[in-house]
Amino acid sequence: MTPPTTSPRTLFAKVWDAHVVQQDAGAPAMLYIDAHLIHEVTSPQAFAMLRQRGLSVRRPDRTFATMDHAIPTRPVDISLWPDDAATQVRTLRQNCHDFGITLFDIEGPVQGIVHVVGPEMGITQPGMTVVCGDSHTSTHGAFGALAFGIGTSEVGHVLASQTLLQYKPKTFAIHVEGQLGPGVTAKDIILAIIARIGAGGGRGHVFEYRGSAIRSLNMANRMTICNMSIEGGARAGMIAPDETTFAWLRGRPYAPQGKDWNKAVAYWRTLPTDADATFDRELTLDANALEPMVTYGTNPGQGVAITGTIPTPDVLTDLAERRSLLSAMDYMGLQPGQKMAGQPIDIVFIGSCTNSRIEDLRAAADIVRGKHVADNVWGIVVPGSKIIKAQAEAEGLDHIFSEAGFEWRRCSMCLAMNDDKAAAGSYVASTSNRNFRGRQGPGSRTLLMSPIMAAAAALHGRLVDVREML
Amino acid sequence: MNPFITLNATAVPLRAENVDTDQIIPARFLTAVTKAGMGEGLFAAWRYLPDGQPTPDFVLNQPQYAGAKILIAGRNFGSGSSREHAVWALTEYGFRAVISPGFADIFYNNALKNGLLPVSLPEDIVHMLLDLVEEQPQTHILIDLPAQTVILPDGQQANFDIDPYRKQCLLEGLDDLSYLLAQGPAISAYEQAHPMPWA
Repeated sequence: MTPPTTSPRTLFAKVWDAHVVQQDAGAPAMLYIDAHLIHEVTSPQAFAMLRQRGLSVRRPDRTFATMDHAIPTRPVDISLWPDDAATQVRTLRQNCHDFGITLFDIEGPVQGIVHVVGPEMGITQPGMTVVCGDSHTSTHGAFGALAFGIGTSEVGHVLASQTLLQYKPKTFAIHVEGQLGPGVTAKDIILAIIARIGAGGGRGHVFEYRGSAIRSLNMANRMTICNMSIEGGARAGMIAPDETTFAWLRGRPYAPQGKDWNKAVAYWRTLPTDADATFDRELTLDANALEPMVTYGTNPGQGVAITGTIPTPDVLTDLAERRSLLSAMDYMGLQPGQKMAGQPIDIVFIGSCTNSRIEDLRAAADIVRGKHVADNVWGIVVPGSKIIKAQAEAEGLDHIFSEAGFEWRRCSMCLAMNDDKAAAGSYVASTSNRNFRGRQGPGSRTLLMSPIMAAAAALHGRLVDVREML
Repeated sequence: MNPFITLNATAVPLRAENVDTDQIIPARFLTAVTKAGMGEGLFAAWRYLPDGQPTPDFVLNQPQYAGAKILIAGRNFGSGSSREHAVWALTEYGFRAVISPGFADIFYNNALKNGLLPVSLPEDIVHMLLDLVEEQPQTHILIDLPAQTVILPDGQQANFDIDPYRKQCLLEGLDDLSYLLAQGPAISAYEQAHPMPWA
């Protein structure tokens, strides 16, 4: 008889099983957390709870902080910031100081978006559990980690105990087979997946992205896909670690070094889903058939190919979906049946935890090199971290963008927490992850797309099929 | 955490699907380092006009729904951002329960950690409840957590699921942390055995 531990398991099950500290009957599993990332907006109330209850941080060495949500676009000098943003940043500094936590400070060389910095520093590794008080923590699943967003109460639980009580999610395999055509990117894969399953379609599940199209992606692209797992409602999204993962991680500051590296890689090679393992749900997409995608509505599931049209209510059999579409059209100022190509835009935002990595910036720069944004367009490019900013500047990307009429700046239109807000009624071609009402400013209208699609839209002042420019 | 046992209250009908946490509380209200004051930002974009005056036709601003403690909404409630501020905003405003055909995972967890009961009911029942409280705003809905039922004044009732651990925590007003901290020795043993996942 085969013992249960050798039965075929998924990548998710292997990581989950390795982290269960304890499982009492009738209670959720107590899961050990390997890396805890924190930031200034969702941590202060958790530290306040620790102080109130006289608790310490159990593993300050496994806790890493950066500041990335409330940071104003300008000025640089914190003494000139709005009081509330400055207070959040100073509170995080104080908490990190008092509890002995490593902080990648806004005034240091490593600060950036938490989901960019964690991988960049090699903190995120295959087979780990990674949490953060931010829903886009799913990004780190690109390395074969089990990574998910938590609320502030849970941030407090992890600070105090390095564990969380969690119910075991179900598994959902998403196979993307074939080869992407020119101009079709990782962002289009994930937008197509969410359009297929809907914004709540993955609830209670962990996605595993599989198939030849996924295996051929670089790490930046894998992070883009895993980042938006939450937009499909999933608890997390994972991609099996492989040579691409190992090559990317090697030599990063917190990655294992020397003999430890070999030991780690040997373990990481055991993580991919076993051949006969089964998933609770499965979906297959043909990469060859994918086209550049754009969203038209107010949730990330409301997306179509750039060659397509907004659905008309009569094709939606589900009454709630129909009502949702009509309400979204009203907010977005768009018409059912309308073609997406040609839709005018006012602002282009290239950045966010979804698409602000060096590969994203290079791809967008290739589109705009030697050209200029349309007269009516405000173009913004925001590198995801100071390391990426420095690298992009070393490669001259900042000049390419500036000469093309883009502003090269820091922290901007991810979630309208700072002063950079899109005006009510304006259309934003955005490489971020959420087209929710008001996400980029009260009354603003977000159209999600890939960096090269956003770059192309900037040049034309309207949505175009970037493939026509290649 | 405040215990939740039973609640007999009026309800607000919010006829919308995929109500994300940016709608529940926009990011510009997340700038505090405490939990207080979040109720003011609840549904801000829907509740206030650009000049800050109440939007007359938004349901929370209608006098017949004043004092309601139950929110009824469409499917996939609480999607998007992990901000627990969304739950703090709902509870500070006075809500103790949300009824929906389904909740986003992180919101569901956050709600339970703050004594806000998320009640999942089949979509047709949720739509019946929306119709009912739109027509008769004074309808009292009884939510009985020990029995896991939602009961209407005419005796109609529907059962809802909640796992036994979370139910017990709500009934007794316990949070996870006391449980986790009591497992200190097990955590130490795990850390000794697994210094790193690969070690």
